[in-house]
Amino acid sequence: MRIGVFVCHCGSNIAGTVNCAEVAELAKSFPDVVYADDPMYTCAEPGQAAIEAAVREHGLDGVVVASCSPRMHETTFRRTVERAGLNRYMFEMANIREHVSWIGKDREANTNKAAELVEMAVAKLRRDRPLTAKTFDVVKRVLIVGGGVAGIQAALDCAEGGVPVVLVERESTIGGKMAKLDKTFPTVDCSACILGPKMVDVAQHPGITLYACSEIEEVSGYVGNFSVKIRRRATYVDWKKCTGCGMCGEKCPSKKTPDAFNEFTGATTAINIPFPQAIPKKAVINARHCRQLTKGKCGVCAKVCPSGAVDYAMRDNFVTEEVGCIIAATGYDLMDWTIYREYGGGAYPDVITALQYERLLSASGPTGGRIARPSDGREPQTVVFIQCVGSRDNSVGRPHCSGFCCMYTAKQAILTKDHLPLSHSYVFYMDIRAPGKMYDEFSRRAVEEYGAEYIRGRVSAVYPDGLGQYVVMGADTLLGEPVEIKADMVVLAVGIEAAKGASALAEKLCISYDNCGFFMESHVKLKPVETTTAGVFLAGVCQGAKDIPTSVAQGSAAAAKALGLFARDKLENDPQTAQVDIRRCVGCGKCVRCCPFGAVAETEIRGEKKAQIIETVCQGCGLCASTCPQGAVQLAHSTDNQILAEVNALCR
Amino acid sequence: MKEATDIRRRRDAGFIAVVQERSGQNLSACYQCGNCTAGCPAGFVYDRQVHQIMRAAQLGLKDEALDSRAVWLCLACSTCSLRCPNNIDVAAVMETLRHMARRENRVAARKVEKFWFSFLDTVRAFGRAWEIGTMALYMMRSLRVFTDLDLAPEALKKRKFGFRPHTVANGGSGAVTRIFKRYRERAAREGTRP
Repeated sequence: MRIGVFVCHCGSNIAGTVNCAEVAELAKSFPDVVYADDPMYTCAEPGQAAIEAAVREHGLDGVVVASCSPRMHETTFRRTVERAGLNRYMFEMANIREHVSWIGKDREANTNKAAELVEMAVAKLRRDRPLTAKTFDVVKRVLIVGGGVAGIQAALDCAEGGVPVVLVERESTIGGKMAKLDKTFPTVDCSACILGPKMVDVAQHPGITLYACSEIEEVSGYVGNFSVKIRRRATYVDWKKCTGCGMCGEKCPSKKTPDAFNEFTGATTAINIPFPQAIPKKAVINARHCRQLTKGKCGVCAKVCPSGAVDYAMRDNFVTEEVGCIIAATGYDLMDWTIYREYGGGAYPDVITALQYERLLSASGPTGGRIARPSDGREPQTVVFIQCVGSRDNSVGRPHCSGFCCMYTAKQAILTKDHLPLSHSYVFYMDIRAPGKMYDEFSRRAVEEYGAEYIRGRVSAVYPDGLGQYVVMGADTLLGEPVEIKADMVVLAVGIEAAKGASALAEKLCISYDNCGFFMESHVKLKPVETTTAGVFLAGVCQGAKDIPTSVAQGSAAAAKALGLFARDKLENDPQTAQVDIRRCVGCGKCVRCCPFGAVAETEIRGEKKAQIIETVCQGCGLCASTCPQGAVQLAHSTDNQILAEVNALCR
Repeated sequence: MKEATDIRRRRDAGFIAVVQERSGQNLSACYQCGNCTAGCPAGFVYDRQVHQIMRAAQLGLKDEALDSRAVWLCLACSTCSLRCPNNIDVAAVMETLRHMARRENRVAARKVEKFWFSFLDTVRAFGRAWEIGTMALYMMRSLRVFTDLDLAPEALKKRKFGFRPHTVANGGSGAVTRIFKRYRERAAREGTRP
């Protein structure tokens, strides 16, 4: 075999602490190496051209590049060797940047380690053989998890692009958090008015199947061929019959049911439709508060329903959908702010979250759009807004900025003045983050035109003064003094975290999440929509804090990824899969049981049970190879012999 | 007019390092949110607010940090540390600055230091604090004879004042006195102000 080695300088990234020329010189002494060089930038066009030229000139039949992580440029160089006429799998990469030059400053030690990594790669490459990818069919359907504005946008874009969509929503209506908002910044236009038509489009589009009140139970398969089991929770109302007339809600005697849609600022009935523009506009029974379901006595809704849709015997049921890719758009929830005892820990009725305040402002909210104190229904004269409650706070393990609070606080200060012209708003802030288009102008308008008093500092305590007001103890750091405000109402800009249950979903989808539950993108800058699992994309706040325009943009981006994937009729697998040596296999079935992808099947050869790898399903994880007691299963390009050869090279 | 502070020239890197080492806190973790000032129950008498002291320490402005009355008026209640979103023990920084100021004999609030010594003198003598003794010593040292005298009847009624010093059983008082002695010896060895 004739091997060429290329030790990349990566500018000064590697050459700064590794003697690349020496590594290349050493490489020439490794078995089968006939050519070695140390280019400045191997991934650049001249670098790649040099590889191609060297392959032709020196008759190479394998190439090792020692440079960055294979996650960065493995595919780049595989294409390079392919262009040079080699099989793309006759290539190995040694990571001497992330694993060597970036982590140590000792030039001599680094040079030695880099040479050792190159020697290992050479040892492995000597035992590589050409591999060919297999193609497999793609199911051209997409599953979208979460029907907030990001999920809605992704669903509409996919459906418009001709790809059938399955949209799964946990709540009884789509719309997500945006449906709860009164107005949206920076234009102060009505949230329901701009989201409503999109929600109706989802309901009416023939290409979209909507499962509301549903959750993902199980996900199996791989890119192009996912099989997803969906739990459809019992709604106790047959939605095929329900016309959304609302009679049931009017007559329901259980009128003190906590109203989750209104963020618990009011009460609703046990059977209800969350809000007038709900999609689907179907009634749902809250089983925990329904008298018929808890006490077995009532049945009023069943009696008044003109279409006989109420069914108390309904149980959860399951559907399984076959899809080619999955878009996660699960959004966010507020963190549990009641850990802040200094703000009352939830004990003071007039200290509320900004999302609750949004429901008070909304015409479809519990007060019909009148700002009223939850404690006594009076209109507040003085409202204090506190930003960064549970954001940028290391002491509660939430170091991130929630991104959109600065803007909605400015909006709420403006709306407060609109609703109550005699009122006065104070905003305690640390920094105003308003980088979006027209954002800074908007937050300045709150100050200059609407008279909101912005105080640079934080609030250390809020307590009732015993006379119906609240004392807000804060600091004005620009003034350099502690300040105190008597307020009628305190609105907390509570920080966000990933939606409840997001981590459980991430585990089902085999994607990673950070310590606040946000899903991890494949690359922070260059692959913000992809995940490390092929065929699973992200949209909206589930990936990190985003406002509405950015969530919509990412919804469209995820749809573009799905449509791009489906533009091909067949996908290629990575041929570095497991392979069974039939002579050694004893048919014990351990590999069949341990495979997380269902890629190992049992077959019979001449009356004997044997394992068989379905190559297009195998993801090359190697579990079966390490489980097999006979050593019959080997992972192509990571065979036992190759691993031993690498160890030998290292220990020589 | 006051001249602008040349923060590059006046940055005392050694001072920053000492404050960080003795307090065990990373000063650069402070992002100046002001929560320490917002919660400080003594802030209304400070010449410089807590977040401003933290800022002075961050910038290495030794004079501003050490010559401030605030470090002496601090009650060490640690509300600032409790509220700090960056888990900085702000009270520990204040205490560090207080001790540094004392060692360098640049005490901005002499009377507070006199009270400390009055208190510690009774502890040294008897092994435990003795309220009336502390008061008497403080009055002599500070010449503030009538300060807080109006509180005395109420305190006496509630039996907060013992006329005889409290002592520690089994020769404990002597042991405490010896601790003080050792401390003074060490200070003398190191040439610092005790």
